[in-house]
Amino acid sequence: MTFKRVDITKEAAALLEELKAEHGEVIFHQSGGCCDGSSPMLLPKEDFYLDDNDIHLGEVENVPFYMSHDQFEYWKHTHLTVDITPGRGASFSLEIPKGKRFIIRSRMLTKEEQEHFNPS
Amino acid sequence: MSYSKPKFQEKYGNYINGAFVDPIDGEYFDNHSPVDNSLIAKFPRSKEADVKNAIAAANAAKEEWGNTSVTERSAILNKIADILEENLEEFAQIETSDNGKAIRETLNADLPLAVDHFRYFASVIRAEEGSASELNKNTLSLIIQEPLGVVAQIIPWNFPLLMMAWKVAPALAAGNCIILKPAEQTPASATIFAEKVGHLLPKGVLNVIHGFGPEAGKPLASSPDVDKVAFTGETTTGQLIMQYASKNLHPVTMELGGKSPNVFFSSIMDHDDEFLDKCIEGAVLFALNQGEVCTCPSRLLIQEDIYEAFIEKVIARTKAIKMGDPFSPDTMMGAQASSDQHEKILSYINIGKEEGAEVLCGGGAAKLDGDLGNGFYIEPTILKGHNKMRVFQEEIFGPVLAVCTFKDEAEALEIANDTLYGLGAGVWTRDAHQLYQIPRAIKAGRVWVNCYHDYPAHAPFGGYKKSGFGRENHLMMLNHYRQAKNMLISYDKNKLGFF
Repeated sequence: MTFKRVDITKEAAALLEELKAEHGEVIFHQSGGCCDGSSPMLLPKEDFYLDDNDIHLGEVENVPFYMSHDQFEYWKHTHLTVDITPGRGASFSLEIPKGKRFIIRSRMLTKEEQEHFNPS
Repeated sequence: MSYSKPKFQEKYGNYINGAFVDPIDGEYFDNHSPVDNSLIAKFPRSKEADVKNAIAAANAAKEEWGNTSVTERSAILNKIADILEENLEEFAQIETSDNGKAIRETLNADLPLAVDHFRYFASVIRAEEGSASELNKNTLSLIIQEPLGVVAQIIPWNFPLLMMAWKVAPALAAGNCIILKPAEQTPASATIFAEKVGHLLPKGVLNVIHGFGPEAGKPLASSPDVDKVAFTGETTTGQLIMQYASKNLHPVTMELGGKSPNVFFSSIMDHDDEFLDKCIEGAVLFALNQGEVCTCPSRLLIQEDIYEAFIEKVIARTKAIKMGDPFSPDTMMGAQASSDQHEKILSYINIGKEEGAEVLCGGGAAKLDGDLGNGFYIEPTILKGHNKMRVFQEEIFGPVLAVCTFKDEAEALEIANDTLYGLGAGVWTRDAHQLYQIPRAIKAGRVWVNCYHDYPAHAPFGGYKKSGFGRENHLMMLNHYRQAKNMLISYDKNKLGFF
């Protein structure tokens, strides 16, 4: 059985494919803080500096999903699904011009997932 | 007096070099009102070429504007304040229409604070002095502040006009030219501002450009021809803007939000008096501006021996919040700013429930009647849980309060500081020792003591930790928009003697 920390809905995947075709290699980085914080940002891969302070949670549609380590400490017990909603978000995320916004839907990890990802 | 959505033009241009101009490629985006999802107007979907024009206009104007006297700049800032004040009700209705917040807040907070902000910076630059130090009998060091030149300002949608004032007033006061990019959800008030006050400023001093982050924000933030970027928003974009600025070695200031603790000690309940009444309101201030405030007191920490008695009063006061038409003067809480925010807030309430938080009140979308049914409303919600839950750690930016208890001062501080952010905090007590010691031990830039959500000019505002850096709302912001020029003058007629 394979476990994933992050998934994507069909609708979000379709938009992601469209954006990949337009922008080339992209990454997701989960934001925090004010305004459009707490939303995932889709950015051109070469634009965003990643290092050991970021953790790679997995891939959706071959797009890597990252979050800063300190933020992940508070998120690690949850499973994330990238979804899409109509809306006029701010920020530099690449889907904004489409009038759509990626959002995160979360659920608790199952017991099996918890044992796999966060063994005590 | 009744209030309503003001009349807007069908579409607006960018304000560049003293005039409204169409976007070069002719593209616009629709801006909808969160009150009822109706169309407000079309605004330019600007691209790099538009941004470059604005930057060029600002650069052409900077020399002359940077050399105006403080007397002139101060007089202009005062005139701007007067025009805002004369049109206060119109601007308040624009803000309510564009952002969704209740008219009683725009009339009584957003607008009066914005007016005062321009007057504050008009005043302080008249009273400022540089410095002169006689380093020895022949050497004089003069420090003179000079404007940076051209500054880019990217502002958020939660207080569109007030955040504009926080950015624009000090930058103009310091003698800079500006390219302002309002948030794409709330482009209206900055546009009408430019329309009404633009003529007071020389061409190119104030430029307002609309568009989306990746298309207009990025070329603005990464331009080698702006001298500084000021940003209010979230952390990932904050990092990105700092990266762009780092390529040019340009300074930045960042205000990136928080997850502010609001701490109530036992002594508040020693008496049933007006102060206790103030404390209850202080806890319910999480609902101000629908929770869309960087300093929203979204974590409520209550000392355990008063928890039951106090939370009962807080729940009752929260349930008394009147939702309804944001234009109605008795509406206490309006619409969330956009549909995606609405969705995000609901998803957070959901994960809070899954994490085991207990819903004490609210807990879902609010369904309003008529046209308002198309708007984006959330019930004020209180969740009881513990500080490791995500609803205690992430900025939901909605009317969602996460409450937990603490047993003593040490635990209160441990919980209060267990956050990635450090923008605001509240401390409520009748104990004179706690009044001083607890705020000093909280790692946040602004700690309100026996009050909350007060933003008078001359009280500096800014973050610790991931909440960013820079201090707005105070004359110290002037130096974030200036260089310090040091003239080192010798009165010695004799050479050093080395050569």
